[in-house]
Amino acid sequence: MNLPVIIKFVIDLLAVLLLALGIKGLSKVKSARDANRLAAFAMSLSVVGLLSYYLGTSGIDIQSWIWIIIGSIIGSLFGAILAKKVPMTSMPETVALFNGCGGMSSILVALGVAIFPISGGQENFDFFKSLINEVSISVSIFVGAITFTGSIVAMAKLQGWLSTPGWTQSKVRHFVNIVFAVASLIAFFDLINGNTSSIWLLVIVSSLLGIGVTLPIGGADMPVVISLLNSYSGIAAASAGFVVDSQLLIVAGAMVGAAGLILTQVMCKGMNRSLVSVLFGGSLSAQSTASSGSGEYTNITSCSVEECALTLEAANKVIIVPGYGLAVAQAQHTLREVTKKLEQNGIEVVYAIHPVAGRMPGHMNVLLAEADVPYEQLKEMDVVNPDFPATDVVLVLGANDVVNPQAKNDSSSPLYGMPVLDVQEARTVFVIKRGMSAGYSGIKNDLFDLPNTSMVFGDAKKVLNDLIGELKDLGVGEK
Amino acid sequence: MSFISLLWVLLLGSLLGLELIGKVPPTLHTPLMSGANAISGITMLAALTLIVKAEGNVPLLIIGSVSLGFALFNVVGGFFVTDRMLAMFSRKPSNKK
Repeated sequence: MNLPVIIKFVIDLLAVLLLALGIKGLSKVKSARDANRLAAFAMSLSVVGLLSYYLGTSGIDIQSWIWIIIGSIIGSLFGAILAKKVPMTSMPETVALFNGCGGMSSILVALGVAIFPISGGQENFDFFKSLINEVSISVSIFVGAITFTGSIVAMAKLQGWLSTPGWTQSKVRHFVNIVFAVASLIAFFDLINGNTSSIWLLVIVSSLLGIGVTLPIGGADMPVVISLLNSYSGIAAASAGFVVDSQLLIVAGAMVGAAGLILTQVMCKGMNRSLVSVLFGGSLSAQSTASSGSGEYTNITSCSVEECALTLEAANKVIIVPGYGLAVAQAQHTLREVTKKLEQNGIEVVYAIHPVAGRMPGHMNVLLAEADVPYEQLKEMDVVNPDFPATDVVLVLGANDVVNPQAKNDSSSPLYGMPVLDVQEARTVFVIKRGMSAGYSGIKNDLFDLPNTSMVFGDAKKVLNDLIGELKDLGVGEK
Repeated sequence: MSFISLLWVLLLGSLLGLELIGKVPPTLHTPLMSGANAISGITMLAALTLIVKAEGNVPLLIIGSVSLGFALFNVVGGFFVTDRMLAMFSRKPSNKK
């Protein structure tokens, strides 16, 4: 062992340790921000380690340096700009896009090694020299391609660029996906048999498989899918580690893959869905239209903003239930103004955060934090549920399925068993909603029919703005 | 490194990953996902290796460079976005912008 090898070993070890601490720290509120920076530092450390290793051994020629610099600058610049510019509401799509690019990187590495033999002195590093190399290249391409196309489809669906095509809800999709899977298997064996051109077949069919698997999945399940694809990108990185013979890549990739799997599991639990039903069950709305869950509303009470303001003024305790509609309307700042007024009048305001409110777990927390809502006022479902009976007014803002009592009462409902916020226990419930359209699941919300529920129709931002006006007229929030 | 020892590395890395995350508050699901996602951009090291070992092979240099670009897009963007999200949680109600 010579010096560069030892140095690289120490740096790699340190980087792995820091990355592990980073992931660990990211799962606690207090340490999360530092942990993220620690992980970023570990990543840069690993680059320094690798480059200094090559400088100390084979050297890095000018041409390589030029391409390294070009690639780094363009990639980092676009990444940084997008990360700074993107609005908080589009976070899920952004994560999906980043994730897809990680997958793309793995495909390219594997393709590069497969197509161009590299003379590097390392025996494992030759073009298809061993079976192991072929397998790891194939896995890299397969998983990388699924990650890439899957993430891009997820992003397009969240952005609303893509809708769920009807045929993907029929059984046909299973057949189509099985065909793709079998085709990739054939390409894989063909590749191992020495037919190098089938690598392109592998690229194409695994890309199609990624699309075919993600396309049928409906909106509410998207976060779970993104989390799963994130886990895949870890696996892709690990298999790229086998391709270029790097332990660091394998460890980091395996950690992300495993941690991503756990996170996916945690998210599924929050929605009371199993991973299998998310992946193969199709979108929830498609099933429910046929089920008993849908039906006509019989007892809708609609009320004006003025009535809502009057009730709020008389309240002692108000719970806000935010949902995706709030994010769409970008009404978080307006909401904050309303609650400020209420607080100035001595009314206790709390925000009830359902684990899957919005399109991504934690979506609402991010959104409300952006509007300077104090962290202490955000209550998780289990904490806030016992409080509803003692609450005067609940404001449901753009949330729907997460406040559907069907999940508790109606065992025939597709939502049955999903943990929900017990808003109906409160004295009065106001639901601010644009129309009577169903939520993500496409299921009728029994809450809207209850006698203590009133609907305030309108865009969340507009209604809240009107509410501010009404509250002002009532003298709320003025000392 | 022999293949077997690489497999050991894979196994231990996976076990470590499984152990690292136990209970995550829902608030942190998104940042954790995006932070882990940034780490999966570690493929940038593989891209670097590709470029260094290309020895003047231009197509390979280009593939490596594009791969490096994609990976760094993932890494840099991922960490920045995560930081932006987490910054919002840590902001105290008193020190408004």
